[in-house]
Amino acid sequence: MISLNWVKDYIDLEGEDLKELAVKVTKAGVNIEKVVTNDSRHLVIGEVVECSPHTDSDHLNVCKVNDGHTIHQIVCGAPNVRTGLKVIVALPGAILPGNFEIKAGKIRGVESNGMICALFELGLEEKTEENYNKGIAELGSDAIVGENPFTYLGLDDTLYELDVHKHRNNDCYYHIGFAYEIGAILGKPVTLPECTYQKIDENITDHFQLKVETEKCPYYLAKMVKDIKIKESPDFIKKRLASAGMRSINNVVDISNYVMLEFGQPMHFFDKDKLGNKIVVRDAFDLEEITTLDNKKRVLSKKDIVITDGDKPVCIAGVMGGLNTDVDESTKSILIESAIFDAVSIRYTASHLNLKSEASIRYGKGLNYEYTLMAINRACHLLEKYADAKILTGMVVHDTIDKTPKTVTFKASEVNKLLGITIQNQDMEKELDKLGFPYVLKDDTFSVTIPNRRLDMEENVADIAEEIGRLYGYHNLKSTLPKVTTRRGVYVGDVFYRKAVSKRLRTLGLNEVKTYTLTSPEMSSLFQYQTEGNILLPNPMSVDKSVIRTSILPSLINVYDYNNARKVKDILIYEISKVYDKNYKEELKVAALMKGNYLVNEWHQNSKVDFYLIKGIIENIFCYLGFKNRYSFEVTNLKDMHPGMSAEIFVDREPIGFLGRVHPTLKKDEIYVFEFNLSKLTEKNVKPLKFKEAPKYPEVKKDCAFVVEKDTPSETIEKTIKSAGGRLLTNIEVFDVYTGENVLENQKSIAYSLTFADPSKTLTDEEVNVLFKQIIKKVEETEKAVLRDK
Amino acid sequence: MNEKKEQLKKELKEAIANITEINALNEVKVEYLGKKGKITELSNTLREMSIEEKKEFGKLLNELKEESTTLIEEKRKQIEEKILNKKLESEKIDISLPAVTIPVGSPNILERMIEEVEEVFMSMGYDVVDGPEIEEDKYNFELLNIPKGHPARDAQDTFYIKEEEILLRSQTSPVQVRTMLSKKGEEAVRMICPGKTYRRDDDDATHSHQFMQIEGLLVDKEISLSDLKGTFDIIAKKLFGEDCKTRFRPSYYQFTEPSVETDVSCFKCKGEGCSLCKNTGWITVSGAGMVHPNVLRNCGYDPTIWTGFAFGFGAERLAMLKYGIQDVRTFYNTDLRELKAFDRKEMESND
Repeated sequence: MISLNWVKDYIDLEGEDLKELAVKVTKAGVNIEKVVTNDSRHLVIGEVVECSPHTDSDHLNVCKVNDGHTIHQIVCGAPNVRTGLKVIVALPGAILPGNFEIKAGKIRGVESNGMICALFELGLEEKTEENYNKGIAELGSDAIVGENPFTYLGLDDTLYELDVHKHRNNDCYYHIGFAYEIGAILGKPVTLPECTYQKIDENITDHFQLKVETEKCPYYLAKMVKDIKIKESPDFIKKRLASAGMRSINNVVDISNYVMLEFGQPMHFFDKDKLGNKIVVRDAFDLEEITTLDNKKRVLSKKDIVITDGDKPVCIAGVMGGLNTDVDESTKSILIESAIFDAVSIRYTASHLNLKSEASIRYGKGLNYEYTLMAINRACHLLEKYADAKILTGMVVHDTIDKTPKTVTFKASEVNKLLGITIQNQDMEKELDKLGFPYVLKDDTFSVTIPNRRLDMEENVADIAEEIGRLYGYHNLKSTLPKVTTRRGVYVGDVFYRKAVSKRLRTLGLNEVKTYTLTSPEMSSLFQYQTEGNILLPNPMSVDKSVIRTSILPSLINVYDYNNARKVKDILIYEISKVYDKNYKEELKVAALMKGNYLVNEWHQNSKVDFYLIKGIIENIFCYLGFKNRYSFEVTNLKDMHPGMSAEIFVDREPIGFLGRVHPTLKKDEIYVFEFNLSKLTEKNVKPLKFKEAPKYPEVKKDCAFVVEKDTPSETIEKTIKSAGGRLLTNIEVFDVYTGENVLENQKSIAYSLTFADPSKTLTDEEVNVLFKQIIKKVEETEKAVLRDK
Repeated sequence: MNEKKEQLKKELKEAIANITEINALNEVKVEYLGKKGKITELSNTLREMSIEEKKEFGKLLNELKEESTTLIEEKRKQIEEKILNKKLESEKIDISLPAVTIPVGSPNILERMIEEVEEVFMSMGYDVVDGPEIEEDKYNFELLNIPKGHPARDAQDTFYIKEEEILLRSQTSPVQVRTMLSKKGEEAVRMICPGKTYRRDDDDATHSHQFMQIEGLLVDKEISLSDLKGTFDIIAKKLFGEDCKTRFRPSYYQFTEPSVETDVSCFKCKGEGCSLCKNTGWITVSGAGMVHPNVLRNCGYDPTIWTGFAFGFGAERLAMLKYGIQDVRTFYNTDLRELKAFDRKEMESND
């Protein structure tokens, strides 16, 4: 939260509409999520002029309240209401937090024209039991009847709630930084607050020795003050802290927070008398312990940084102070620390110890060393003013910080080129002035020094272009098209195959699914095929997402279960995805799962999914990709697959996957699946596509049936037929497979339809008959087959 | 003869009038026009006639034969038609019964969204490139201007497989890095790289530990932020309709400078303000910016010669916005009932 009243200390906002300003700031890149103003309509300061008990209640009072114009009768239930009290009155029409509208009405028969409010009812305090018991807000006697109660409370402020991108959540989250941002937009200068103070004759070096023994603390400043008086903070500090959501503790603690909210520099105050004479900043030891301010014991490691008194830790640097040196009611002397610690280390410690605070977050984002120094002086100034502190001369300093200024040298044309705009040198000068970036313009070239408060900026022209661009306004940019050659883009490499197979599978009736790469150990153990093993995540979020899959099939089983549970009967799905084994080897896999009917028409005739259908899908894909006659299927025994209904898939005699029915013990339903490695296909060459004419001369068809042993694969018979038939045999089709009557139990009959054709002439019956007999003889000989009579 | 002719015709007409079968008709045909048929036999009387009479009689006889044949053939047609009609009648089906469902697969909704975006970009010359999902830290972070220790690479957000070395990519930007490196700083780059990405988010209606990004990159010699604006205008119109307006807002990304967030005018309320756009009239659809000079340099491109822009869409977000999907898990559970119902061509698009 940024308080605009506070920002006004540093920049003149006279006459600015703060809601409009918020829009401008947001447009320029610092997103203001919400503009909060207290709605004071129908709220007024009133004085209770009469207060008498309600006749029909044991706790209500009937009050007469003067708002300067009228006397209102209001029934009030608070125990602390009394005559003469100055109170906040909500008159009819007022809308309180929670959209609660005040209306005139009767309470137990007595007219009541408003409400006397407690602070929590106005959203100014938390609704706690304690606050509830406090009753209505008691305003001081200086409150002026008839005036705006928020003005009296100092709460007539406008607050900006920021939601700023990471890079600017450093400098925009303190009031001076935010003032600079407004300055850049409005083109107004920023005035820094008073940082001066009187020094007493004593020197800090007589009291303190500083030693920094870690590289993680490049900048450490310490000042000492004495004779402080701990008391309540002045009102303006309390109010400003409250607007930032911070509780007021006492004047001293509040000042450290106040300065942090001004300069973005967190500070730490040590009780000097508890601390001693020495400060040593070092890396913590493993298992070193400290009890922090919140009275909890913390165990540290060597990744943490500690402030010690030379012996024991007194503070976890940048994160939280130790209980042993904290400032309390009796504190007289303080050592003020203003330092810079390694941001990565602070982030680690804060998250490791689960101690994220306003301060640790700021340290974790990095700090501007100039403000480290200004802030410590500002703290002295405020302590002198509001805690009667006497400030010792001198400062204890450790300084290894790189102070080389960040500079960028560029021409306006470079910025123009990046943004696609045309701004001239003098406009560029104006913009840089608004930003408060010092520059020199010489020979058409700008040399800009980037202020240290802009930690986000780097020394390149793109960063300058961004600043110019956001002030220029992106809505003012033209829309142009890149000057590039005209061409159509292509699918590169694997993508081409993925798309081709995906589209083909859709054409073949399968639905595409997308599932998670991360799976459970249980699921990942299914359908293991040719794998070296899975990658297990070292820090998984949950067991069911702890393994990187090597097979897509288990995920398809999940999709099957999901749909099956929803009574979807026909499930035809596929997925193409990369999988990785434990050696990070990547494979592009295609997997499909089919269950139920393929062609669906329940009342007429369905066509059920079976082994041969899913085999047909695979063959179609292979032929589509140009692998006709290069693939084969072989009986195999695979885990989780039906032993009699599955096969391994080979392309060019290389095993690339499998198909078949899922083992009934895994899934009772008749589910058919396949999965193969598409990467293996993409590595291979295929012949270029060429047109093939249909035979010009008539084809001759001949049928024959063989009785063979039941176990003889048809494929072997086909191979024999093919070799015997030679080049004139153009096609073999199985048209019948028969077991039963007239065929022995351990036998089957397979009928083939053979097609003969000669591309150069018409075949004679004689020629065909010779070939046909030759084929039959060969099959009978090699396959122990018997030709079956027609 | 004339009388005889008329009489025979009348007889024939009567004979076929009630016939309903082809066989019976054939019998009548034989009776009249067969070798010994009543009409055929009339020619026997020809012998006894004079030439004049023959001429007259022959003409009438031929007429009678022709007319009788026509009568019979017409009748035949009628019978055949009746038989056919009867057959057709018997073959009548209930056309209101359900059709056969033709198995045509549907794309996953996310993939469909991605293909739509790919098509727009490919038409503008962008190649579609793929990259590994298990990535090295240097491609996912280091070369993208996110050095070790940077808050953006918090281990809380990234699935590390080997600490600070190997990870499940948290963005698809490493594909851009790899593409640039492969071109060695010598060639222009125009590509998009849709793909899966992973972050440590608990799955709920709006979060998913696995999600898809569509990132893109254009590097060439004369590229400006205005070119990004013009390009984005085209994309927005293609995806959200010709009346779609766009705007850029300043933003921040580690690998672009300047960075912008790109909004489109709310396509539901046309900018009036509604629940979808949270009453702003605008919907943020992507992040983009000019490629950071450090990134160009890291990937072998001299930033004083080359400039470029990069952008990134969330595929889930696009699809949820475009199709009114409420729960991101919709894409990953795949309820086939939803998917099938969604299998329709979008008339306003060109694909």
